[in-house]
Amino acid sequence: MHTSTGEALPLEARLLRPRAIQPLWLRITHWLNALAVLVMMFSGWRIYDASPVFAGLVIPTPITLGGWLGGALQWHFAAMWLLFFNGLFYLAMNLSTGRWRTKFFPLSARAVLNDLRAALTGHLSHADPSHYNAVQKLAYLVAIADLVVLVLSGLVIWKSVQFPLLRELMGGYDRARVVHFCAMTLLAAFVIVHVTMVALVPRSLLTMLRGR
Amino acid sequence: MKMPDRKIIALDRAAILADAQRELDMPSRRLFGKRVLTLGGLAMLTGCTLTDDASVNTFLSAVSRLNDRVQAWLFAPGRLAPTYAESQITRPFPFNAFYSESEAPIVDADDYRLRLSGLVKGQRVWTLPELYALPHAEQITRHICVEGWSAIGRWGGTPFAHFLRRVDADTTAKYVGFRCADNYYESIDMATALHPQTLLAFDYDGERLPTKYGFPMKLRMPTKLGYKNPKHIVEIFVTNAYPGGYWVDQGYNWFGGS
Repeated sequence: MHTSTGEALPLEARLLRPRAIQPLWLRITHWLNALAVLVMMFSGWRIYDASPVFAGLVIPTPITLGGWLGGALQWHFAAMWLLFFNGLFYLAMNLSTGRWRTKFFPLSARAVLNDLRAALTGHLSHADPSHYNAVQKLAYLVAIADLVVLVLSGLVIWKSVQFPLLRELMGGYDRARVVHFCAMTLLAAFVIVHVTMVALVPRSLLTMLRGR
Repeated sequence: MKMPDRKIIALDRAAILADAQRELDMPSRRLFGKRVLTLGGLAMLTGCTLTDDASVNTFLSAVSRLNDRVQAWLFAPGRLAPTYAESQITRPFPFNAFYSESEAPIVDADDYRLRLSGLVKGQRVWTLPELYALPHAEQITRHICVEGWSAIGRWGGTPFAHFLRRVDADTTAKYVGFRCADNYYESIDMATALHPQTLLAFDYDGERLPTKYGFPMKLRMPTKLGYKNPKHIVEIFVTNAYPGGYWVDQGYNWFGGS
């Protein structure tokens, strides 16, 4: 960092202005993903309602997207492109910048339990927003894996004839619907917990908007 | 560089505490929290169709057409849909149409003529006995509805690829279209029309196709969703002009491949 006349700032001044905690590519992919997930979820609920997998479990139409099955399908098969390509870009950037390694690992079951205990007893510090605690690391990794399962099971539902290997992996067309719904439920639970955590630590929202 | 690190963390903690203290006293923080937690911003999306917005419709239709191209690319002409055993047939097989079962059209077998038109050079009018004399094939395949449910059924009839060649249809044309006695209409891509499992079906589960399942004939394609399989076919035409379809024209995807 330099002053307007080109002189380097003193060391302390430089250290007091942190680098972006969340880089721009990360913030963009995060919000695009959030948008895609919400459109997929709300339109997916309307599609589910057309022939519920679980008898008696129907999602009220007013909280679904699309109005009717045809409309919901249009939204679902449009947003899927955003979800997929944005997700691929996110994974590629995470891996190539090394962020995957530094942000999410090391991760151990013990660390998760320790941090979970600390969180539930109000002792988990959120002072340093550039570090994920172990529970966060696990939650985000699970969310990523869950999205992969959603995409794969979605592909089987969409084209069970053209993706035979995936279909067999899921246990057939009917089971793929169950996998898809359960994975969605897990993601919905993640979203609720995630948004709640952001509300409890509003600085994290600013970090995801401004980068620092 | 230990000293500056510790100083920074200490400053951060102090800053956060000061922030928190100040913000807790501000009513706007609660409002902020409320806004974050509610789905208020998304209320605009939920529960409404947005189909009144022409530009949204145009966009969604364009994506659907893009998906047609992607599906055509994904379609492998030699890849067969799974087949099943007799014991796996869904009994009773569900009825589904845009009308109730009692309203299904009753077609007279003796008066019936299948009419062919468009890019077809061979025999254009067919009686049922003539069709029944064509080479026979059977399949037990899964019928998948766009609604999500599926049912395994058994159909018998004549391979459609063979029939198209028999009537000297132009198999380089883009579309095969269908008109039906129940005022349904549909069209498919030529690649699917020529698929080995595409069957002009006259029989269901070993018996003549009943009215509710599409008498006198339906086009059975296990590589396409249910709504793409027209029943009560009265006319077949080969064309390069996009014919559309009953549900397709209302917004469902045209390719409709499974």
